[in-house]
Amino acid sequence: MSDAKTLLLGAITGLVFGFLLQRGGLTRFRTILGQFLFRDFTMLRVMLTAMLVGGIGIYALRAGGMEIVMHIKSTAILGNVIGGLLFGVGMAVLGYCPGTGVAALGDGSRHVWAGILGMLGGAALYAEAHPWFTEKVLGVGAEGKITLAGATHTSEWLWFGVMAVAAIVVFGIARTVERRKAHPASA
Amino acid sequence: MTTPSALSKARWSPYLVGALLGVLSVITFATMDKALGTSTSFVQVAGVAERAIAPEHTDANAYFVKTIGTTEKPKPWLEWQLALVLLMPVGAWLGSRMGGTKFREELPDLWKHRFGPSKAKRAAFAFLGGAVLLFGARLAGGCTSGHSLSGGLQLAVSSWIFTASMFAAGVATAFALYGRKGADHV
Repeated sequence: MSDAKTLLLGAITGLVFGFLLQRGGLTRFRTILGQFLFRDFTMLRVMLTAMLVGGIGIYALRAGGMEIVMHIKSTAILGNVIGGLLFGVGMAVLGYCPGTGVAALGDGSRHVWAGILGMLGGAALYAEAHPWFTEKVLGVGAEGKITLAGATHTSEWLWFGVMAVAAIVVFGIARTVERRKAHPASA
Repeated sequence: MTTPSALSKARWSPYLVGALLGVLSVITFATMDKALGTSTSFVQVAGVAERAIAPEHTDANAYFVKTIGTTEKPKPWLEWQLALVLLMPVGAWLGSRMGGTKFREELPDLWKHRFGPSKAKRAAFAFLGGAVLLFGARLAGGCTSGHSLSGGLQLAVSSWIFTASMFAAGVATAFALYGRKGADHV
């Protein structure tokens, strides 16, 4: 067991995380499927805002001299692509991801239990398959812990600028699409 | 924002929720040296459960050993992230109670419209969906929290590849399952 303080901090973070996901409506199957079917853009609104605020916050504090350790996951292009595709398929079928699924347990979803058990099964299955993937897949496009800014020798701020513009475009499209679907024209 | 009226409002603006998740990430990075993530916890729980049933098999599995150690030399598995995951449903429950929502869902409406009222069928597909997505998360090295949120905000290349792949497959699967007409029943 980790020390009590670390566990307590994790528990408090989990409380806040679950609370926020619930208030954002991300603990609901219809919010997730609504995004994949382009009828409800809550998921993209939350994700893009969180990435902008969190990313700018962390990089700004580092630029200001605060020592913050980064937690960048290694790039393994083929593994990231196949894993991402499998994840998307499973998420569209289940209607939750691991975090929103666990939180949905506390927000009245009765059917997510089967999904949580499935996730544990999927973890055990991957543990069996890991040696094969290490040998055949994870070495393809293994580039280490790289960032968009580092790999292109550009400034982080450029990327946050691009992300902000993309977010504004997505939010604009979201508004138009949701309005059209809420008040369909006579056609 | 911390007034009782805001806390009792059932649903918050997605921009406010997103901004607060961003602030939460800054806090975990700066004060706890941690990034929000959830899917490693599933490996830990699955490994500990498997070790209770089949200790020799689990002790021989390098992936589990890396995460939870062996029967002889167990690694601490109840740590920051698992504490977080265990308390997430409580946080969501508080959010639901304080917002006055009494939401109960046996079957999602969209699912029922397309696949009928069988709970067993829904459970079977939920199980399969959960298994496929967590297998994918471990292959990719993270999920929507660890990769898309925490990795995306750090501008990690791995996380942006994961997120783009995840979203493309999610959209394709949702349209394959429900079609353009199904979208009207969201």
